[in-house]
Amino acid sequence: MEILSILIPVSLGLGAAGLVAFIWALRSRQFEDPKGDAERILSDKWDDRPKPD
Amino acid sequence: MARHSGSGWTISQDPGRTDMTDLTASGFSACPACDAAPLAQRLAHRADVAQGTVILSLPTAHCATCITDVETALTAHPGVRAARVNLTLRRVTVDAPGLNADDLIPVLAGVGYEAHELDPDALSATTADRQGRDLLMRIGVSGFAMMNIMILSVAVWSGAESATRDLFHWISGAIALPTVFFAGQPFFRSAWAAIRVGRLGMDVPISLALILASAISVYETMQSGHHAYFDAAAMLCFFLLIGRYLDHRTRAIARSAAAELTALEVPRATLLVDGAEQTVPVASLRPGDLIRIRPGARIPADGEITEGRSEIDRALLTGETLPVLAAPGQMLSAGEVNLTGPLTLRVTAAGRDSSLARLTALVEAAEAARGRYTSLAERASRLYSPSVHLMALCSFAGWIWATGDLRLAVNIAAAVLIVTCPCALGLAVPAVATAASGRLFRRGLLIKDGTALERLAEVDTVVFDKTGTLTLGRPTLVSADPLPTGLRPVARAMALASAHPLSAALAAALADHPAADLTDVTEHPGFGVSAHWRGRMIRLGRADWLGLADDEERPTSAAWLAVEGHAPVRLEFTDELRPGAADCVAMLRKAGLRVVLISGDRQAAVADLAARLGITDFHASVDPQGKEAMVADLAAGGARVLMVGDGLNDTAALARAHASISPASALDAARVASDMVLTGSDLVPVAEAVATARRATRRIQENFAISIAYNIVAVPLAVAGMVTPLIAALAMSLSSITVTLNALRLRD
Repeated sequence: MEILSILIPVSLGLGAAGLVAFIWALRSRQFEDPKGDAERILSDKWDDRPKPD
Repeated sequence: MARHSGSGWTISQDPGRTDMTDLTASGFSACPACDAAPLAQRLAHRADVAQGTVILSLPTAHCATCITDVETALTAHPGVRAARVNLTLRRVTVDAPGLNADDLIPVLAGVGYEAHELDPDALSATTADRQGRDLLMRIGVSGFAMMNIMILSVAVWSGAESATRDLFHWISGAIALPTVFFAGQPFFRSAWAAIRVGRLGMDVPISLALILASAISVYETMQSGHHAYFDAAAMLCFFLLIGRYLDHRTRAIARSAAAELTALEVPRATLLVDGAEQTVPVASLRPGDLIRIRPGARIPADGEITEGRSEIDRALLTGETLPVLAAPGQMLSAGEVNLTGPLTLRVTAAGRDSSLARLTALVEAAEAARGRYTSLAERASRLYSPSVHLMALCSFAGWIWATGDLRLAVNIAAAVLIVTCPCALGLAVPAVATAASGRLFRRGLLIKDGTALERLAEVDTVVFDKTGTLTLGRPTLVSADPLPTGLRPVARAMALASAHPLSAALAAALADHPAADLTDVTEHPGFGVSAHWRGRMIRLGRADWLGLADDEERPTSAAWLAVEGHAPVRLEFTDELRPGAADCVAMLRKAGLRVVLISGDRQAAVADLAARLGITDFHASVDPQGKEAMVADLAAGGARVLMVGDGLNDTAALARAHASISPASALDAARVASDMVLTGSDLVPVAEAVATARRATRRIQENFAISIAYNIVAVPLAVAGMVTPLIAALAMSLSSITVTLNALRLRD
């Protein structure tokens, strides 16, 4: 049962990492245009190099 | 003037309802009355907000190619620094310092995309946006908590004993309590607000379940009890927050759509101060001011003509397609459109005093007469809250009486509150509304009002307006045949000389003919155009200008072309049908709805259109009060009326009807009064909306049935004290998932 003292923190840590990633995505406005993002991946416009900012 | 020579020619110009989108795009149009004041205020500080950023609405964009086309075209335009399409909202945000919408709309038109200017200030990331992100954050946190607690709970359910179980309960509690405190806030706040005014909203039982479940679980954990409901508390938060978020989004989209439409019209007037022109907000006009009205512009305030001659299109006010002559001394009303010559107007009444304000009063009365609609969800929640509380209380009292065990009785009451989780109300209805409005949005229909879908589903009669609704309010030449081939280049050259809608239609119809060389081309505002061609006098214009008699009772409107030495030619124009009008009417009739046409236009024109569309039930020359009265009569006869109209003369009827739709080209006042707005020019979505609304209402009812079925199984178990946290979790997640999946069936 000692393994629990490792597994539980690991599972909570992974969950927390997911939560932090979600909060980051939300803060950087990645949920503003879900439909557009779904379509943009089909465009071959910036396939060879990244779009300059 | 009319008898200048034997060869009178004339334009009996006509149904020229200048396309509203064009007007607004070119910044001429002034929104009449009603919303002028708030709009003007927004405009005042628009400059600082909109610095360099232009937001355009793109009603036709729908795919990856559209995104690329629009962004490529815009970034290639000199002066544009960046352009980003938001396909979800069908908008493009352009960073272009020094450019405005008028520069960019033609660029998009050039690559085939319709675009309208939006007021960035009205759309900027406002409270609605913050609230949405706030809810998303709470969903994320409760989702994280729910999943982690569930991992631990599974261990407990599969048989963890004594110290291990207690440890898992403590860890679950450490995750669940902050989560419930943070994520449950929207429910606690609204429950508290409801209790303070002595009501039992849906949020009271939800909050009670959350608090009771957490408190009992903490107590049980301290006592080393077998059951803790931490997972149920987190799950309840998660599912209900999703419902809350969907609801919020549907409302926010509707609200921003309404703001977007308001943002389409920018009310400005050209004020004459000591002979110099000055552009001012319409709201600042005072009686006695002199204003200049350019051809093509909408009249911003009631007034008297002091200078100039022109023709006036009154279609939005009265539904008439024939323009009216305007000369000094004549009174004009706000909302009419000046067609041919510049006019100077002395303002007699502006803003809220103008004739539009009278219509506003009519609209308010009509809205009051319609009364407030109670949605299915409201009716259900009125039944739900008291019965849930009563059941929980009864089971608590029953178990106390039977066993005298307070701890057991509280546990059972909490289990009852948890399993009756109002998922059907809290999640299923918003999910259906989101799916249905998303579907309609993709088809080009914006829903402004939350109960509009349900009301639309009950409709059995559809009343259409004619001009601007079933037709585009834009003339087209019926046939070029009456025109001798030799005269066609002359006719085209003459037509090109004027901006009048009939001239534009004539020029478009003769587009494949060359234009003849004309000399002395003169436009006579209100009458027509005259010129010389090979030494002969030519005139294109109204019949009375040419000294000819025209038949007013014909369904079409006409212009006359007179060339010296030829017989005058009558050119017939008809109002072009809106695309999809015939299909829409046919679909509605096929669906068993009664279709009625009520117009303010002349009998002949209305009868002609009704015949073309196969509508047998039509009424002509009806004034605004008459329209409202007819809709009210239909309603009194038991009919549920859907009103589709665009003009000021339809506004009261729109507000009075059970449900209402107006096209985006409608006047602001009409759009404000209606529940739904058609963003494209095609009318077919109206018929589809009725079908979608009926399906949506059916889904909502099915979802209620599903959740009632779940409760019929789960509630007796809970009352009997047989519900364990495992059963509660299963019942709750199964019912939430089934109702959501059922709602999503609407999307295809």
